[in-house]
Amino acid sequence: MPDRLTRADVERIAALAHLDLTPEEVDLFTPQLADILEYAERLQGVDVSGADESWHPGGADCPRRPDSVRPSLARDQTLANAPDGVADRTSETGGFFRVPRVLG
Amino acid sequence: MAGAARPADAETASSIRDAVRSGHRSAVEVCRHYLERIAEDDGRWNAFTAVFRDEALARAAEVDRHRNEWRDRPLLGVPITVKDVICTRGQPTTAASRILAGFRPPYNATVAARLREAGAIVVGKTNCDEFAMGSSTEHSAYGPSRNPWDPERTPGGSSGGAAAAVAAGLAPVAIGSDTGGSIRQPAAFCGIAGLKPTYGRVSRYGLLAFASSLDQIGPLARTVADTALVLGVLAGHDPHDATSVDAPVDDYTAALSGDAAGLRVGVPRALLGYGDAGIDSEVLAAFDKALVALAAAGALVVDVELPHAEHAVPVYYLVAPAEASSNLARYDGVRYGARAAAAEGGDGAGSPLAAMYDRTRDAGFGAEVKRRIMLGTYALSAGYYDAYYRRAQRVRSLIRRDYDRAFDTAGPGVDVIAMPTTPAPAFRLGEHLQDPLAMYLGDVFTVSANLTGLPAISVPAGFTAARLPIGLQLVGRAFGEATLLRLAHAYERVQEGPA
Repeated sequence: MPDRLTRADVERIAALAHLDLTPEEVDLFTPQLADILEYAERLQGVDVSGADESWHPGGADCPRRPDSVRPSLARDQTLANAPDGVADRTSETGGFFRVPRVLG
Repeated sequence: MAGAARPADAETASSIRDAVRSGHRSAVEVCRHYLERIAEDDGRWNAFTAVFRDEALARAAEVDRHRNEWRDRPLLGVPITVKDVICTRGQPTTAASRILAGFRPPYNATVAARLREAGAIVVGKTNCDEFAMGSSTEHSAYGPSRNPWDPERTPGGSSGGAAAAVAAGLAPVAIGSDTGGSIRQPAAFCGIAGLKPTYGRVSRYGLLAFASSLDQIGPLARTVADTALVLGVLAGHDPHDATSVDAPVDDYTAALSGDAAGLRVGVPRALLGYGDAGIDSEVLAAFDKALVALAAAGALVVDVELPHAEHAVPVYYLVAPAEASSNLARYDGVRYGARAAAAEGGDGAGSPLAAMYDRTRDAGFGAEVKRRIMLGTYALSAGYYDAYYRRAQRVRSLIRRDYDRAFDTAGPGVDVIAMPTTPAPAFRLGEHLQDPLAMYLGDVFTVSANLTGLPAISVPAGFTAARLPIGLQLVGRAFGEATLLRLAHAYERVQEGPA
């Protein structure tokens, strides 16, 4: 059985998951997640030899749609829900999703 | 009891449809009645996140104007609710999450379009656990819904608002989603019927994704016949959902023969005795009575073995969070929903953009969603993938193999498998809030149907001494909804006694 989940583990996972957890949240989640993972340890005792790991209820079939051009959402509609979408295409930054600086 | 309508006394979708079709009642009159019920009563249950009064009345008037032309539409003039994880064009769709505050989808989910086409009138969106993650509707940005049989208790979840609305007589039918029991468990807790169809039977297009290999949309209603009627509207192939199956849709209403003659019903005895299930003695007594009733309806009750089903909870709580951690990566404050205010210079660990992502997600998601994203991220992360996710997937396939053997048509296979829907009746609000694992263990009987993709229904099976509803769960073969509904309907009839 692996070691019990630590605060450092939780902080590492939060960074992977893009969650800026508060110290109080790390305190709350560490024992809760550790309990759940310890419970899940019982799966280690199941004999899984020969068991399929990629079974899916939708089956193995993967239907493909025709490769043809179809109408999609208009740009203004797409931008309408954005917290900082700029629909006005006459402005220099118009027609885009605006985000904070990408370089640090 | 605090205001719930007993199934026998309340209107059904089919009776409303017939009254509107014949001109006995107008769609506007019916719609107005339910809107008034919601306005009067929903303060007690908190079942709705949004009510579309003007739009619903306008659509009802349209139904009345086209009554003759549309007379064959199966839900003509029937008011219906849609869970807040299903997109309805131009109307708030928030998944009961702060992160989707203000989101108005530019398109309809396929189920919403099908309901409209069938003549139904969407009166509002119902409350749920955030992104459908929970078993109590307590993890909602709108606050918890309450159980109409006891307002100090949860209506269940995640489709708790849907179940409370139907049980309290605020809607004849409701549309929910079920990823691990989210239709069946609230149906059981609120004393109504709730059906999770076979994976692929109903399109998921426009359902905000939680766990894509488990999610399925289905109806909650007062009667099995109404779930059959609504399934007939929802079911069918949709080119917008690659996992929707192009198989013929049965006439589910015609399948309700009223008897269960010739059907074999399997009971997984070992699972019922499984220690972690912690099954309540009143639930067990109600289940034993239900088996007698199934036999009285003509079914042959036999034992079956599902040796891996006791592992369903740990498998589910690795697979579902893993899929959720991926599906919820899209909520980043760029394309829709809320964005956290940018902090000057970021947090030193990355760019201002990365800092915005991390703050938006921490401020926008509630505790349960964050727990599951974390659990899923961990189960998929390098060094842990084999031990957690891969192993869970392998046990999942063993659970499905157990069901395939029990249903084996070549051997002495059964047609349907019966078990309680939940190990205990509705719990008190707050009871499991600090102990997520205790909450998860209550899903022991429902999650297998999602892991295997099989259809399952919860039907009312009596009450505890304290008048809390108990549910009987029936699980069918893949795409065997007609047989499943036939048995559930026969059971319902035996329960009601001779007409």
